[in-house]
Amino acid sequence: MSTHGHDSHHATTTSSGTFTRPLIELRLRVNGIDTVCVVHPMARLLDVLRESLHLSGTKEGCGEGECGACAVLLNGELVCSCLVPALQAMGTEVTTIEGVAPSLATLDRVQQAFVDCGGAQCGICTPGMILAAKALLTRCPQPTEAEIREGLAGNLCRCTGYTKIFSSVLRACQADGATTEGGER
Amino acid sequence: MRAYLPEYEAVSARTLVEALTLLAQGAGGLDGPAQPPGRRWQPIAGGTDLMVLFSAGKLPAGRYLDIWGIEELRGITVAPSHIDLGALSTFTQVRQHPLLACEFSSLTQAAIESGAIAIQNRGTLGGNIANASPAADSPPALLCYDAELELVSLRGARWVPYAEFHTGYKQMQRASDELIVRIRLPRLSAVERERQVHYYRKVGTRKAQAISKVCFAGSFVRDGERLSRVRIALGSVAPIPLRCPRTEAVLEGAVPTSAVIAAAQEVLGSEIAPIDDIRSTQDYRRTVAQNLLFDFLAQAALH
Ligand SMILES: Cc1cc2nc3c(=O)[nH]c(=O)nc-3n(C[C@H](O)[C@H](O)[C@H](O)COP(=O)(O)OP(=O)(O)OC[C@H]3O[C@@H](n4cnc5c(N)ncnc54)[C@H](O)[C@@H]3O)c2cc1C
Ligand code: FES
Ligand code: FES
Repeated sequence: MSTHGHDSHHATTTSSGTFTRPLIELRLRVNGIDTVCVVHPMARLLDVLRESLHLSGTKEGCGEGECGACAVLLNGELVCSCLVPALQAMGTEVTTIEGVAPSLATLDRVQQAFVDCGGAQCGICTPGMILAAKALLTRCPQPTEAEIREGLAGNLCRCTGYTKIFSSVLRACQADGATTEGGER
Repeated sequence: MRAYLPEYEAVSARTLVEALTLLAQGAGGLDGPAQPPGRRWQPIAGGTDLMVLFSAGKLPAGRYLDIWGIEELRGITVAPSHIDLGALSTFTQVRQHPLLACEFSSLTQAAIESGAIAIQNRGTLGGNIANASPAADSPPALLCYDAELELVSLRGARWVPYAEFHTGYKQMQRASDELIVRIRLPRLSAVERERQVHYYRKVGTRKAQAISKVCFAGSFVRDGERLSRVRIALGSVAPIPLRCPRTEAVLEGAVPTSAVIAAAQEVLGSEIAPIDDIRSTQDYRRTVAQNLLFDFLAQAALH
């Protein structure tokens, strides 16, 4: 089993006595890699990913479930990682933006579409947008415009004005080899 | 300000008995004297209310019991006389259930309009009820459908009509050692269902993703020209999600003429008790509630 993270870092934290409550040995699969880290059970999954596992692609915007910058897939479902306490991630499978591209050399079709259509500007909302788009396309491969709007409604963007994000998602469906004209549903 | 982690303790319960055993600790009784709230375990389901407080450093320090993994609290089951929803049923599961969409469409609508996808994937019906916000969106629908709650502790199980569950602002008929286990919706007969009209409308600052200023759920069964089984319930117009029996009484058995509707609007105006707050004013809320009542009754003419 390979592991993410820096165990020495956790050991230091533990032995320093910073925590008076019992920590847990959190076991989860992150982007296909079995991972163990020692964390506080109430630590937010967002902080576990960013600080313990150094997967800083997942962003924090609001910290209250409103903006979607922290969105990840938890057992395939879109969630706000700022609202998931570590103990609820025990034994789960997590996909972050770092796990979306099939390889270092190739982007996922949704990522490629965001590049092609100018769907990202400052990039803060982009990891969450891409995971929300992936979750949408999994449950609904040929979404209508209304379905795209609903699927991304929990993700705020201060830069793009959304239009280019919607066209990126439409492009990603086309990249799948299908048309989106008029959507059937 | 962030929450300070060492002030919290949290464990996951895998079974209902395990959860109830922890909840019983410190609740007073055989175990010894009652403990202050911070020493008792508080359930955490989808976390979409509690973790918002936690992130903001506003969740009281103490012991939190993760119930997300308890299978006994999951699942939507259909019986001839009722539908049972496990307390952990998420908004996503509610909105995807075909029979609910058919027979309890206001609840489906509430789920669709509660937060965005990521919130719907975690937010639960049990949490929406127990969080006891007067602005929550599923309670008006549940009140319209005569929902009942099953509360369970090591002391036993009991059923409470949902209309009696909330007793004051954030006060409810749930003892600290009890969990809401399931929500039961009684089904109408096939004949009544055929003639039932459902109405659900959430009014907020924006169409989506906004806390309600007023949330209105109504239903009736058409009996020729007359209305029967009239149910009206609102959110954000009182300290609790409010069923409106006095307004219902004006309409029950009546033909909804303009005079009847006006009388019902008048009674509704006095039955609700809205306040001014950051989201709206009491005058606005009262007017909107009365207009929604009109809109709801206009459906009688359409069906
Ligand atoms: C961005 C955002 C948007 C939202 N939009 C809406 C909206 O549009 N409409 C709306 O109504 N709500 C909304 N909410 C609020 C929240 O999502 C709901 O209230 C949700 O139903 C809470 O469920 P939960 O399982 O996440 O609760 P938790 O946060 O886990 O718990 C909430 C409370 O319920 C108690 N509890 C939970 N389950 C049980 C049980 N089985 N027995 C006893 N007590 C229990 C907990 O102890 C706690 O006090 C929103 C929240 C966020 C963050
Ligand atoms: S940081 Fe989690 S939703 Fe904004
Ligand atoms: S690209 Fe900057 S927030 Fe969306």
